[in-house]
Amino acid sequence: MKNTFLLTGLSLATAALLSFTYSSDTPATGYKAGDKAIDFRLKNIDDKEVSLADLKSAKGFIVIFTCNHCPYSVAYEDRIIALDKKYATLGYPVVAINPNDAVAYPDDSFGNMKVRAKEKNFSFPYLHDESQQIAKTYGATRTPHVFVLKKEGKELVVKYVGAIDDNSQDASAVKEKYAENAVDGLLKGQESTPNFTKAIGCSIKWKKAN
Amino acid sequence: MRFAFSLLLMVSLAKADPISVISFSQLEEVLQKKDDTLRVINFWATWCKPCVEELPHFEKLTQSYKDKPVKVILVSLDFKNKLPMVKAFVERKKIQSSVVLLDQGNPNEWIDKIAPEWSGAIPATLFVKAKTGVRKFHEGDYDYETLEKQVLQLLTL
Repeated sequence: MKNTFLLTGLSLATAALLSFTYSSDTPATGYKAGDKAIDFRLKNIDDKEVSLADLKSAKGFIVIFTCNHCPYSVAYEDRIIALDKKYATLGYPVVAINPNDAVAYPDDSFGNMKVRAKEKNFSFPYLHDESQQIAKTYGATRTPHVFVLKKEGKELVVKYVGAIDDNSQDASAVKEKYAENAVDGLLKGQESTPNFTKAIGCSIKWKKAN
Repeated sequence: MRFAFSLLLMVSLAKADPISVISFSQLEEVLQKKDDTLRVINFWATWCKPCVEELPHFEKLTQSYKDKPVKVILVSLDFKNKLPMVKAFVERKKIQSSVVLLDQGNPNEWIDKIAPEWSGAIPATLFVKAKTGVRKFHEGDYDYETLEKQVLQLLTL
């Protein structure tokens, strides 16, 4: 762990040194572990609105920004279903949110969300973030993108941000189940380690008007 | 024998370069080459709509800068088992830039090595010239004008 900090420090220093030629057009924003997350009220595939506050018995949530069209999301569908099966009863249900602009990706329309959820028999809410405000506030950039939240008093605290695991292409070759490890830690009263990972994913398609 | 060799040479010249599957460390070797070439590394995939839409701009760059020290490398992040699909796509679109398919392994281990600010979403583009320490990253798509402007600016460094 110390080494990681040292490396991070070094790369930050290197980045600072190179800042003349090395700069970013898209600074990272959004939630990181420790931040307080906002609740939301979004339309579910059964046409009813769902808010995290409605799920009173939950200890927390595995919020996953995902969609229909993205091959990475599709590759993870069964694993997302398995996450919900395993953790909903332990107090951490999956809440899936599709933030994509359906104009850009007709596959990701609300109607097609209903179709996909039925085909795959989703056991969890699959919500439509039509205004894209929740994805923006959370700082979701790609699908799938996981945010593990824990209820602490009246607050929702972000405990993990990142990938579901370390191998999107092949579930049988996974070595690190990042999201599961994060929730397992929380269930044992520990903080999630790591609390941040990255993965390749489909960029969320933002609406042009925004 | 010589005839057979020339025939082979002709065939290989006529055909586009085959797409090789490379590891991240092989990609890193390319990024660390200390020659005078500015490499434009575009991360894309056949299924990624904004990526496919911006490919013509990278192709135009390859064409327009063929006599300049600029090299476009299109790094496909399609899944490894989709290699035949990538090959078919590259042939259909008559892509002239270099194309490789990256064997991804655990992306969490290398995304930061491309750029600490990269979230992992594609398209994304890295401009690099190790010799002079030029390194510039962009997450999101490009129009040709912005892409060319970026290249021209980096060529002066």
